[in-house]
Amino acid sequence: MASNQSVETMNKGQSKIGKFFNSKKVVPYIFVSPFIISFLILTVYPAIRGITMSFQSVLPGQVEFIGLENYARVFNSTFYRALLNTSIYVILTVVLLTILPIILAVILDSKFVKLKTLFRASLFMPALASTIVAGMIFRLMFGETETGAANQILGLFGVDPVNWRYHAWSGMFLMVLLCVWRWLGVNILYFLAALQNVPQELYEAADIDGASILQKFRYVTLPFLKPVTVFVVTISIINGFRMFEESFVFWEAGSPNNIGLTIVGYIYQQGIRENDMGFGAAIGVILMIIIFIISFIQLLMTGAFKRGDE
Amino acid sequence: MENQKRSTLSWLANIGMAIVCLIALFPVIMLVISSFRPSSEIMATGISLKFDWSMMNLDNYTYIFTQAAEYWQWYTNSLAISAITIVLSLFFSSMVGYAMAVYDFKGRNLFFLFVVFILMVPFEILMLPLFQMMINFSLVNTYTGVVLPMIVAPVAVFFFRQYALGLPTQLMDAARIDGSTEYGIFFKIMLPLMTPSLGAMAILQGLNSWNNFLWPLIVLRSNDMFTLPIGLATLLTPYGNNYDVLIAGSVMTVIPIIILFIFFQRYFISGLTVGGVKG
Repeated sequence: MASNQSVETMNKGQSKIGKFFNSKKVVPYIFVSPFIISFLILTVYPAIRGITMSFQSVLPGQVEFIGLENYARVFNSTFYRALLNTSIYVILTVVLLTILPIILAVILDSKFVKLKTLFRASLFMPALASTIVAGMIFRLMFGETETGAANQILGLFGVDPVNWRYHAWSGMFLMVLLCVWRWLGVNILYFLAALQNVPQELYEAADIDGASILQKFRYVTLPFLKPVTVFVVTISIINGFRMFEESFVFWEAGSPNNIGLTIVGYIYQQGIRENDMGFGAAIGVILMIIIFIISFIQLLMTGAFKRGDE
Repeated sequence: MENQKRSTLSWLANIGMAIVCLIALFPVIMLVISSFRPSSEIMATGISLKFDWSMMNLDNYTYIFTQAAEYWQWYTNSLAISAITIVLSLFFSSMVGYAMAVYDFKGRNLFFLFVVFILMVPFEILMLPLFQMMINFSLVNTYTGVVLPMIVAPVAVFFFRQYALGLPTQLMDAARIDGSTEYGIFFKIMLPLMTPSLGAMAILQGLNSWNNFLWPLIVLRSNDMFTLPIGLATLLTPYGNNYDVLIAGSVMTVIPIIILFIFFQRYFISGLTVGGVKG
């Protein structure tokens, strides 16, 4: 009897627990909890730790608060070199990865072009290669010897072989080329998607008004591309500031006169290689501030765009 | 006159596009061609346009299939790490995206802000503290150490939420009347309906993981634990005598992806364009 009763209460208890876990109030929290937990441990904690670390000297078994000392050390000529390299890289990649994809997307979208799918797929293909494999190909094509593909092409025009990886300008050229090559096709897709939103009647109206192709592009197409352009510019700037692999693949840990040093490369060099984590974290915080400012400007611009619609 | 102008324009546009596409494909084509040249020559000349075609052979591939155990170890590591990353990150983020779309719960908006916040924090600031954590938990040089930071995938959460907003909620009510639990509804009814979005995100996460470099470079310490990009990068030295593995090995890391791309183009395109920010 007694055991029977306890089984009954157990069943009741179970179904109560079952009901609790199946109620619409509880279920969503259970669904999001694994993510919340991993987010707290793997993003929030490291983010806070990264900021506190930047005020510390971190040595194995010996962590000490040293105030702003790391930051005072950050602003040295090597960091300025990294910041300069990264900024030039950002400007060049943003300009190229916005203008070229717009032009190519408009051509691809026009009624003149056949084989759209094939063209789109082949332009997208480079995005599938890792930066390391792609960089390896470029490194072997832009070799120092006159037998490298790039120098062979220059030779056709009577230009002397270039020592690609040893000049500041050609080193920058290699990094930008590698990035543009990999991301061109992806950005074209963003603009192609936006072009589908342009109402065809507007082109017809422009035709009636006798607008030229360039005028139609300027006054009909471009305004519709503004939101996606803001998006593409923002991600290009952020990805540019986070650049590391494009430099690593050409020079591994160190380039001659730091011609390929980037901000993240400097974090890696100081934080991991030299094991100076506090200093590395300080560089990281500066990078984060730069990226926050850019994201904030983007939010402002997209917000401003919405207000313009009213 | 007008017609003639149109056909010239059409010719120009098509030929122009064809040239641009050839330039885009040129490096990959050169890689594949060069992988049949003797590795000692590649080391001496780099990838060249003019070379002795009669010297082309399969030696690099024979070598990699018979001698390069190290390369296959990297391949196995990359496959395993990508597979674990795909399964875990998709499991976590699809549940979250789904819950955010179909349930109305307290804190949902706050939660949304969290996700936006992760999107804005660059991984490079997290990387040093994460590395310290991996040291403390003895996860350096393990698969777990590489995979853990990858399972928080805010882009995927957004994507799944967007997709789940379009799911038919009447199905949920019908299933509830039939006595199904909320979990049963998700796993048996809704998740199968989300297959296209799962495909796109599997490709995004898989490709990010397959090509990931900086984090594995920090966490993985010994040659037998390296992934393909890390392993191949170690061969990329002017003193290296492993150009056979480097060049044929590179072909074999890219070609499977290109074949997958040809079959699943739609998923690749929706996956990679939602990605935006590189992994």
